[in-house]
Amino acid sequence: MSALLEVRGLGKRFGGFVALNDIVLEVADGERLGLIGPNGSGKSTLVNCLCGTLRNESGQVRFAGKSLNGLSAHERSRLGLARSFQLPRPFGTMTLAENLRIPILYAVHARDGVRVADVPLRCADLLAMVGLADKADRLPRDLTQIEMRKLELARAMASEPRLLIADEAMAGLSHQEVDDILALLLQLNAQGITIIMIEHIMRAVLAFSQRLVVLVAGRKIADGAPQDVVRQPNVVEAYLGS
Amino acid sequence: MGDARASNAQPHHAPAASARVRGGPMGNTRFVAGLLVAAAATFGAARLVDNAYVFFAGYVVLQYIVLATAWNILGGYTGYVNFGTAAFFALGAYTTVALHKLVPLPLPVMMLAGGVISGAIGLGTGYLTLRLRGTFFSIATLAMAVVVQTLITNWSFVGGSRGAYIVRPEATPLFGLDYVQYLFLLMLGLSVIAVGVARAIEHSRLGYGFAAIRDDELAAEANGVPTLRLKLIATALSGGFMGMAGAPLPYYVTYLDPASGFSLSYAVNTIAMPLIGGTGSWLGPILGAVLLGTLQQVATVTISSALSLLLVGVLLVGFVVAAPRGIIGWFSR
Repeated sequence: MSALLEVRGLGKRFGGFVALNDIVLEVADGERLGLIGPNGSGKSTLVNCLCGTLRNESGQVRFAGKSLNGLSAHERSRLGLARSFQLPRPFGTMTLAENLRIPILYAVHARDGVRVADVPLRCADLLAMVGLADKADRLPRDLTQIEMRKLELARAMASEPRLLIADEAMAGLSHQEVDDILALLLQLNAQGITIIMIEHIMRAVLAFSQRLVVLVAGRKIADGAPQDVVRQPNVVEAYLGS
Repeated sequence: MGDARASNAQPHHAPAASARVRGGPMGNTRFVAGLLVAAAATFGAARLVDNAYVFFAGYVVLQYIVLATAWNILGGYTGYVNFGTAAFFALGAYTTVALHKLVPLPLPVMMLAGGVISGAIGLGTGYLTLRLRGTFFSIATLAMAVVVQTLITNWSFVGGSRGAYIVRPEATPLFGLDYVQYLFLLMLGLSVIAVGVARAIEHSRLGYGFAAIRDDELAAEANGVPTLRLKLIATALSGGFMGMAGAPLPYYVTYLDPASGFSLSYAVNTIAMPLIGGTGSWLGPILGAVLLGTLQQVATVTISSALSLLLVGVLLVGFVVAAPRGIIGWFSR
């Protein structure tokens, strides 16, 4: 398998605080990667650097053979890099269907020669995929927490990404709801989408990931098969203390 | 915007949604045709009244329709509140003053020139200030207005602080119309164009992008919306229309000084009108401008001109309390 995402020596600091230090990471095309780490370990900062929301000071990010350095977030989304936000950020005055229209109009249609033939149908299909078909004309404020997460994923999928970064898509959900989202992510991966899952719920991470990466205090301390990684002494120490 | 669209999309979801991609529930051509009919009726009615003051006052109301619509392209659609209306408006007016002294051009050409100058200034200010969000952007536009006013006040070619006298051309350029009627007609045409553009944007890809920026700029950018470019389009368009609205002013007042051209009341009225009418759609600024503009004109004649400013305040407070989403808000969910 060839690497879809390649991160080399990535570093990010906020003033004197080093948020990310020399991160090296490769994600293969079609892979399911789990990214874990204690709060404040730099997971979301890494997502923000990959997606262009934050600029990394050092290091290289390559996606599908192209360097992402200096590209803004919207240019990266057009290349096929999508994310869901940890706290859902829907477009509040738009209906659910209109929420999905934004990435279709601006990410998909911005690619050379690509046109979604029937935009309303595509929106309806995406909403059906996440089980929100009957709420297409509702506003995001009418949704429950899990529906909001599903909308967030549907909107990320509407941009037809090659890589989806799901930033804590399950936080705060019930056991059954976690399984719903998990099934959804596995289904997307089966369609060929590479997924990086950032999560605290170990049950979900272990069920999902083919490979597990652990960040602690801005450094990558482990990278390997999930069952091996969670037994590594330094990983156990980071989570439970020595 | 979303609210208004959401409500009209509900009864017949799929056809309405697909029609909107191609230019709204009603095609843009048909809409502009409708606007032209409304404009012709307005002009005809004003002629029937046969009172010169109707044109004189009507001009101001029309000017505010353009200003409020222009403000709403940036303020209502993308959510960036501009306090610098007076600067863009006065720049258009002073472009006319400068051109009047340099080369006497037909007024429509001067309006175009004023639009280009103000649009360019809008683009420039946008580039410098759009990295600021919310209140900070608004303060920057206010500061920009002060800077521009200072520059104009110290530019003696356009009259400096003394102001400039403009003599209206002897010959009326159109069918022997009275000059004020001619100005009225020009402003009527401009308001048709401004409203037509605003509505076309609302139902276009650009409009969706603007709304995404207004709702959540970070999420918009993550979903492929080139936020900076879209905001620059909005500031340039908004500034350009304000400049075009200001361009005929010197011929209307025949004497222009910085204090009146840059009057804060332009900025205040232009913000109040869309807020009173409703910022989500093209109709809001028109409703607000007609309501507030007419009330101000009537109050100025019947009671006093100072009262017109009080009216803005009272109406604004009233609407914030009773109808925070403007008149439009009463009719949509």
